[in-house]
Amino acid sequence: MQSKSHGVVHWKLQRISAIAMIPLIIWFVSSLVFSLINGYDQSINWLQSPLNATGMILLFGTLYFHAASGLQVVVEDYVHNEGLKIMSLILIKLLSVLLGVLSILCVLKIYV
Amino acid sequence: MAEFALPKHSKIVKGIDYPINSEAENTKKINVYRWSPDDDENPRIDSYTIDLDQCGPMVLDALIKIKQEIDSSLTFRRSCREGICGSCSMNIDGTNTLACLKSIDDVKGDINIYPLPHMEVIKDLVPDLSKAYEQLTSVKPWLQSKSDPEKGKSRKQSPKEREKIDGLWECVLCFSCSTSCPSYWWNGDKYLGPAVLLQAYRWIADSRDENTEQRLEELEDSFKLYRCHTIMNCTKTCPKGLNPAKAIGEIKKLQLERR
Repeated sequence: MQSKSHGVVHWKLQRISAIAMIPLIIWFVSSLVFSLINGYDQSINWLQSPLNATGMILLFGTLYFHAASGLQVVVEDYVHNEGLKIMSLILIKLLSVLLGVLSILCVLKIYV
Repeated sequence: MAEFALPKHSKIVKGIDYPINSEAENTKKINVYRWSPDDDENPRIDSYTIDLDQCGPMVLDALIKIKQEIDSSLTFRRSCREGICGSCSMNIDGTNTLACLKSIDDVKGDINIYPLPHMEVIKDLVPDLSKAYEQLTSVKPWLQSKSDPEKGKSRKQSPKEREKIDGLWECVLCFSCSTSCPSYWWNGDKYLGPAVLLQAYRWIADSRDENTEQRLEELEDSFKLYRCHTIMNCTKTCPKGLNPAKAIGEIKKLQLERR
């Protein structure tokens, strides 16, 4: 029997995305320090490696998913006006999809 | 939005000061939240100075002394005076606890006493717990079983199975934990709160109960259960030293295993 609210699914995905971001963020920050401080051309080069581009796409996907699910919890906690709540939740979903797709497209544009 | 400021008629004002008349040396000032539904006044803080040499050791003793000797209109719940009934839960020195288990000596300076936070107040230190009791009823806190025990005998449980409900059965339902939880403050109408979830887990963990699956199914709700954000105020405040946060964690673990 599937419950209407999917409490456990949301909870699980939020934790999985959090754990996934630990290596991704460590990788990204160390890349920032070691590769990306060497100027524009170096950075473009770095992003044109398939491994780095894959990492960036995974990072953006996880990041926006995690941010959206975290913001959803915040809104559910504090916004008690039903209409305002539904509107905020839709806005969060749309914005995160928009920003996520845009970010991934930027990575692809440099990669291709 | 959540309301962070108090409404105008709920602002607390300074109340009556009852100084001590005798020449007692060992005194303590006790500031108590007062509000009555019978007049239109704002809540106020009354201050009572008492002689500790003429008073029992616990905060509840002080409250009873005030009621008997200084101000008989002071209203609070109490019964067993030994931490078993859970009646005298209130906010003492900034922490929810049982007045009968809180030693006066443990509080430095004046003792500030308020009702349990974020509940409707019936009078003075008496909060309205009817919603919390309703939520407790909703988790069916009793043994549910389809099978019958052996004729004339009680249901069997091994010592190991029995151990699983240690740290759970001791709860006296004082609701100190639920009323210390910010999630319960903001969403107390939908979130069950640590006290009720601990009770729910007490029956989930009980080997004699046969309705575990149904119990878990009913808790799988983003509000009833998942408003718990592991803030841990519940565990920190529990006057019986129990760990409701762990009980909630165990329920979440079981929910994961079901999927």
